[in-house]
Amino acid sequence: MNAMPDPSRTSPRMEVRLGVVMLCHNELPRAARLAQVWAAGGVSVVIHLDAKVPAEEVATMRADLAGHENIVFSRRHRCEWGTFSLVQATQDASALLLDRFEDVTHVMVVSGACLPLRPVADLVAFLASHPKRDFIESVTAADVGWTVGGLNEERFTLRFPFAYRRHRKLFDRYVDFQRRWKIKRRIPDGLVPHLGSQWWCLTRPTLRAILSDRRRPEYDRYFRRVWIPDESYFQTLARRHSNQIESRSLTLAKFDGQGKPYIFYNDHRQLLEDSRCFVARKIWPQATALYAHFPRPLAGEPSAAEPQPERVDRMISQAVLRRKLGRPGLYMQSRFPQKDRENGKTSGSYAVLQGFTDLFPDFEEWLSERLDADVHGHVMSTHGVEFAGRTGIGPGGLCDSAAMRDLDPRGFIANLIRMSQRPQVMQLSPRDDQSLNWFMATDPNAQIFVIKGAWAVPLLHSGMPFDDIRRVAAILQRTELEQMEIFSSVWLKARTRIWDLGDFCARPAGALRGVLRELGGEPEAAANLPQMRELAGMGRFLQRLRNAGLQPQLMGDFPAADTMPSKENT
Amino acid sequence: MTIRNEKIRLPFFLEYYRRMGVQHFLVVDNGSDDGGPEYLAEQLDVSIWSTNASYKSSRFGMDWLNWLLHSYGSGHWCLTVDPDEFLVYPHLDSRPLKALTDWLDASAIRSFSAMLLDMYPKGPIAAQPYSEGQDPFQIANWFDPANYTIRKNGAYGNLWIQGGPRCRAFFRDNPDQGPALNKIPLVRWERHYAYLSSTHMLLPRSLNVVYDEDGGEKASGCLLHAKFLSTFATKSAEELERRQHYSDSQEYMAYHAGLQEAQDFWCEASRRYEDWHQLENLGLISKGNWA
Repeated sequence: MNAMPDPSRTSPRMEVRLGVVMLCHNELPRAARLAQVWAAGGVSVVIHLDAKVPAEEVATMRADLAGHENIVFSRRHRCEWGTFSLVQATQDASALLLDRFEDVTHVMVVSGACLPLRPVADLVAFLASHPKRDFIESVTAADVGWTVGGLNEERFTLRFPFAYRRHRKLFDRYVDFQRRWKIKRRIPDGLVPHLGSQWWCLTRPTLRAILSDRRRPEYDRYFRRVWIPDESYFQTLARRHSNQIESRSLTLAKFDGQGKPYIFYNDHRQLLEDSRCFVARKIWPQATALYAHFPRPLAGEPSAAEPQPERVDRMISQAVLRRKLGRPGLYMQSRFPQKDRENGKTSGSYAVLQGFTDLFPDFEEWLSERLDADVHGHVMSTHGVEFAGRTGIGPGGLCDSAAMRDLDPRGFIANLIRMSQRPQVMQLSPRDDQSLNWFMATDPNAQIFVIKGAWAVPLLHSGMPFDDIRRVAAILQRTELEQMEIFSSVWLKARTRIWDLGDFCARPAGALRGVLRELGGEPEAAANLPQMRELAGMGRFLQRLRNAGLQPQLMGDFPAADTMPSKENT
Repeated sequence: MTIRNEKIRLPFFLEYYRRMGVQHFLVVDNGSDDGGPEYLAEQLDVSIWSTNASYKSSRFGMDWLNWLLHSYGSGHWCLTVDPDEFLVYPHLDSRPLKALTDWLDASAIRSFSAMLLDMYPKGPIAAQPYSEGQDPFQIANWFDPANYTIRKNGAYGNLWIQGGPRCRAFFRDNPDQGPALNKIPLVRWERHYAYLSSTHMLLPRSLNVVYDEDGGEKASGCLLHAKFLSTFATKSAEELERRQHYSDSQEYMAYHAGLQEAQDFWCEASRRYEDWHQLENLGLISKGNWA
């Protein structure tokens, strides 16, 4: 197979002969089939088999591939993840490839779990359109943002004698030890550490220069003690020997945010095809539909079109985000964030109103007529949840039982908000359960409106014995004072608007207009005020509390000489 | 799993899990007299153990199952379920169970959470008779989307999940008596592991940490619970009689009281079951980073 001149271009093309280094450690039958796919595309293949692969499997594979002149096997190394053995395997195999196949112009590293998606001829055509470029992801270690575990530059300056996967504790302790004592290795002169994907594609001159560098023994000695050198050896040395680095990999190989390669399944078929990538990894070994479908056969002229992996990238970054941040306001079996680590305490905006129903008996109805929102009663009431319309079962199947709500109040409120299409508006009172105050105060989705001291209005009209009133007032006042401490703390994230009863009653229409505006309603709809409870006698009532030894602190100013409620005066 | 007179459920159960790729079934029969054990003995992929000992004093069958897991489970991914529990996990429609367990292996995850999701029909649960071999979710195809309470169990590190239709119908005033819905049924078993109480929690405790505490989502699934079928009325009467269940069958007493009046769990907020995507969108299960 030759790179066909692309008729759309007139510039003469260099002839490209591709060679592939294939690293295999398991699933040999699959790898053998892929080697045949490469070979059939005119590619020379050198296979490295991990020394740990059982002899009979190796024999089978060798027998399967015996008829292919352009498939050879390189010296076997015992490979362990994260160690220099993988570099050695690659070095030996690529040296063999360059020596044995003298017409090879480009060398690409693939694994037995890498699946070519497009025809091999496409890849050759693509390389032919940039014949001098080395496609190797190579980012300075100082600027890498993707590594897991926080080891970027330290990969090059610390020693890693213990295997990460088998002796994790020793590995970590030795890293800590070196950090504490500031023990550092010297990086060989002239090397600038770079990191990147080990699935590269280099030109013969660059690769040859790396392999026959005069100082290679020194570099090899150094990289033997670098952590995960297969992600840095060629990436660093290519910077010394190449003058045309294209810092990206031609292999679609993504990580899942936990440092593991992302795995593709049958249901990714269309996505992979649309990505127009040349090679993808990893493929689940039993994803038979993918292995049957790819690589796509060559139809017409080979295409040098650029890969477009954006959709795959987006899917994977969404998955990474889901694992790392999760969905705001969701509490479930596999997401149960600790306090203040929620990444969003709730999923949508909601409003909490305190004191309004004490002052306006029909407030809920009045408000719901003026807002596109679900206006609930006191959802935290100790008697039970007052859902809008007083349904026994609310959104999501939530029950109006206070006992059920109180098992997990955070989950209750988050579910209520998450399961409703419209914003949620709820009433609060010092008479209610107070366990969500901190939660709501530290939630940027919350809007909290409070008329301080309004709880006194129902007491004024209660007709209870004064001793009881005094006792209840003391409790409610203490509760509301504690609330106010929370709602004015430095940790406050909610938007709050707090009036005292006196201020509010001085101009209720203006205050309600403000409330409607902030909740997205029409401020002018506050023109028809809801029926307000009689406040005459409040001054006298507060004075009686004072006389009984209870200092009202929240209501604002009411003249003490005020008369008793008008009803009782008549 | 442990069975007692569940023959009517077995054909669909086996078919469901075989299609998922389960290779072998290990069953303890606790004195069935409905032909179930004979039926299972004919199946090539079922091993069956029989006992007439007390279900209650074997800690509700868990001692038997732990022993089987201990003897045969090591090194395998083991799914421990009741005959009325049907695993649903992300990508169920396109990826076999082996894809999930391979991914869990690759991710160094040893246990997989699947909370119990009570399914129920619309209307009285006895209204539509269930027949052998039938997909129970053709009848019981409704569930509660978001009324689950979650608390962390400090002693063992697992989450206690309660709620759902049973809780709102029978335990609204004493919800902490309601049935636990948290389950960790899929575990890559090792000899020193053990289930503590049903499949709600395990030892060592690290196996119970199937949730993320920093806001992220780990992958998880659901066990669709096909308990509330026409077969349930007779079953609950029988279980009440035997008094072999948890807390002296308190749960069954509550059901029985409710069921006398032809219990209907359906409410306005109920959702009709569609597929795993729906459960994922509702936040009952999560793909985590297994997209």
